[in-house]
Amino acid sequence: MAFEYAPAPESRAVVDLRESYGLFIDGSFVDSKDGEPFKTINPATEEVLAEVVAASSADVDRAVAAARRAFETSWGRLPGRERAKYLYRLARIIQERARELAVLESLDNGKPIRESRDVDVPLVAAHFFYYAGWADKLKYAGFGPDPRPLGVAAQVIPWNFPLLMLAWKIAPALATGNTVVLKPAETTPLTALVFAEICQQAELPPGTVNIVTGAGDTGRLLVEHEGVDKVAFTGSTEVGRAIARSVAGSRKKVTLELGGKAANIVFDDAPIDQAVEGIVNGIFFNQGHVCCAGSRLLVQESVTDELMASLKRRMAQLRVGDPLDKNTDIGAINSAAQLARIRELSDAGSAEGAEAWSPPCELPDRGFWFAPTVFTGVSQAHRIAREEIFGPVLSVLTFRTPAEAVEKANNTPYGLSAGVWTDKGSRILAIADKLRAGVVWANTFNKFDPTSPFGGYKESGYGREGGRHGLEGYLA
Amino acid sequence: MTATVPPLAEVASSASTLRAFLHGLPGVDQVGADQRAAMLGTRSIKTTSKQWALDLAIRMVDLTTLEGADTPGKVRALCAKARRPDPTDATCPPAAAVCVYPSMVATAADALRGTGIHVASVATAFPSGQAPLDVKLADTRAAVKAGADEIDMVINRGAFLSGRYLEVYEEIVAVKEACGDAHLKVILETGELATYDNVRRASWLGMLAGGDFIKTSTGKVQPAATLPVTLVMLEAVRDFKAATGVAVGVKPAGGIRTAKDAIKYLVTVNETAGEEWLSPDRFRFGASTLLNDLLMQRAKMATGRYWGPDYVTLD
Repeated sequence: MAFEYAPAPESRAVVDLRESYGLFIDGSFVDSKDGEPFKTINPATEEVLAEVVAASSADVDRAVAAARRAFETSWGRLPGRERAKYLYRLARIIQERARELAVLESLDNGKPIRESRDVDVPLVAAHFFYYAGWADKLKYAGFGPDPRPLGVAAQVIPWNFPLLMLAWKIAPALATGNTVVLKPAETTPLTALVFAEICQQAELPPGTVNIVTGAGDTGRLLVEHEGVDKVAFTGSTEVGRAIARSVAGSRKKVTLELGGKAANIVFDDAPIDQAVEGIVNGIFFNQGHVCCAGSRLLVQESVTDELMASLKRRMAQLRVGDPLDKNTDIGAINSAAQLARIRELSDAGSAEGAEAWSPPCELPDRGFWFAPTVFTGVSQAHRIAREEIFGPVLSVLTFRTPAEAVEKANNTPYGLSAGVWTDKGSRILAIADKLRAGVVWANTFNKFDPTSPFGGYKESGYGREGGRHGLEGYLA
Repeated sequence: MTATVPPLAEVASSASTLRAFLHGLPGVDQVGADQRAAMLGTRSIKTTSKQWALDLAIRMVDLTTLEGADTPGKVRALCAKARRPDPTDATCPPAAAVCVYPSMVATAADALRGTGIHVASVATAFPSGQAPLDVKLADTRAAVKAGADEIDMVINRGAFLSGRYLEVYEEIVAVKEACGDAHLKVILETGELATYDNVRRASWLGMLAGGDFIKTSTGKVQPAATLPVTLVMLEAVRDFKAATGVAVGVKPAGGIRTAKDAIKYLVTVNETAGEEWLSPDRFRFGASTLLNDLLMQRAKMATGRYWGPDYVTLD
């Protein structure tokens, strides 16, 4: 008899959305000088959630000036132990408002509430707690006897983990004594604006954190602004390149966390059931909107049939639908543009001769949806094996020997993450040593922790975020 | 030894082939298995699906008393409870079985005659299993003769942990033979096997030897049933079915006390072995206090009010 899970929707009542939001500059919400308003929608229903504004050049000037003032007169002058108090306070308020933040994140981004509730928001709080602990210990972090903050940090973040990327950027910047102007992605500005309210609630000195909304143009104005000392960007390699060009020759210190095409390598002695879980978590977590997603599965040929059978059976269990339903595993694609990109690459996969498979699943009529998909018969030459799809699409390739696995895994312009599945500890160490990727997971995937540095090799970017290493990008 | 199912007939032909087979099974990564079980525990089962799950769980309960202090009176009271768990509600289904020591089987069989409720007996020098084989077999035959149609045996953990798999296998085969038509549940006592790799091997051993069910625990050893151990066993029965076509049941026993826990197990069954296993023929709960919490939750669903423990019978 079938066990049907009745709808278990998380209540939206906890979220109190305003009709429109201004910019958060110098401690208060202000109207834009001459920016164009735009709407942010729920990608699961296409319903308009709120109106926000694309910050103009004058707005960015104001925000950078406010950050400069705070750096010179208030935040920048606080001793580390005082900064720590504010960061702990932010972390605690985030925990107190966790439910609200989780629901809002799911509404604006389309990710399942199970993920925003159990992964994103707890990690956000953990990040602030972790860097709060560093604020008064910077002398002992290994960056010299008296490391100094850089000044004003311009931070541009993506839409895949809106609040978590904000935490990755803001927590280390504030812990080290910098002030911040942050631009959230145009499709997911709302949790950043609630974070602005949290800054008010925590009585953070005005100007310490400024949030300017907008799209690529606003981002460009921000990172190219003369008053900025530091640029931190997470997003596509294409935009990352443009940023690197625009700041070349300036005093600005840059960290870039860009795309990826991670190999998830499964050896024949892997714990199969857990490997299947890891593969599913590697590529279908957050609809595959993960720069470190395990989008290339490399399977040892001798276990390919067995593994693929298990993987397909497991994929058939995935529950795609309403992001606010507590039992949903895969939510909505974040935007129409991203859906078009996923479709284009997926079509290219079929056209180039790879074989697509998706479990039978009913997709909602409205909103942006893409069924979890696995491609078999993929070769290294196929676009779906080389380009970042940033969606729930897995490409399966096979290998015969450990050397071939390493060669194929490294045969990409990216180098953000990789996974190794084997019961043999010595093999884990040997393979991890040869993989040119910033993060290598062993017998797990997509695990994040504030104490662990994260960042890329090659075209996946430079600089590290998280851990002690994450302080370096904000210190002189 | 002929109990092994055909596609794997050669597996138990010698100690070395059996060992090679069991050690050739894919390993279990403990961290990953624990995480998977924890994730399944976050499923939110509400309203109609909760009602359905509660009734199913009641139908899966092996209502158990395994105490030195058991008396015919106590066993009869338990049988009455199994027949009508909720005397105030005729729509409440009966439990699956009553599980007792061999000396109490006749009493239970008498009290349950004609009800369709199974009489399960522990046997084979339960719970330690530390007795000579002929004593274990006599124990089993006596329970069957007294009217048990399900036998819950314990495996020889000492032999298992010292690597004498064939000895464990042969004992199970012998007990299965002694059972006759009675169904055999093979208790692995996973709390003593300690690792998930061992749980998977013991599961396969129990299935290869002809067990109709594999069962986590005696309830006398801590930890008893846990969700990750049950997950590993459900993976084993799923894989065994795929390899041989034979479906073996799973029974977590000991430590499952709340309806909320029971529903987590049902979710794990559903998303691991699949809906075929969502039946008392394939999945049981070995429990005593669980039933009352299921009844209280059931009444809460029906009336909107919570009964409190004074309104369910303590047997």
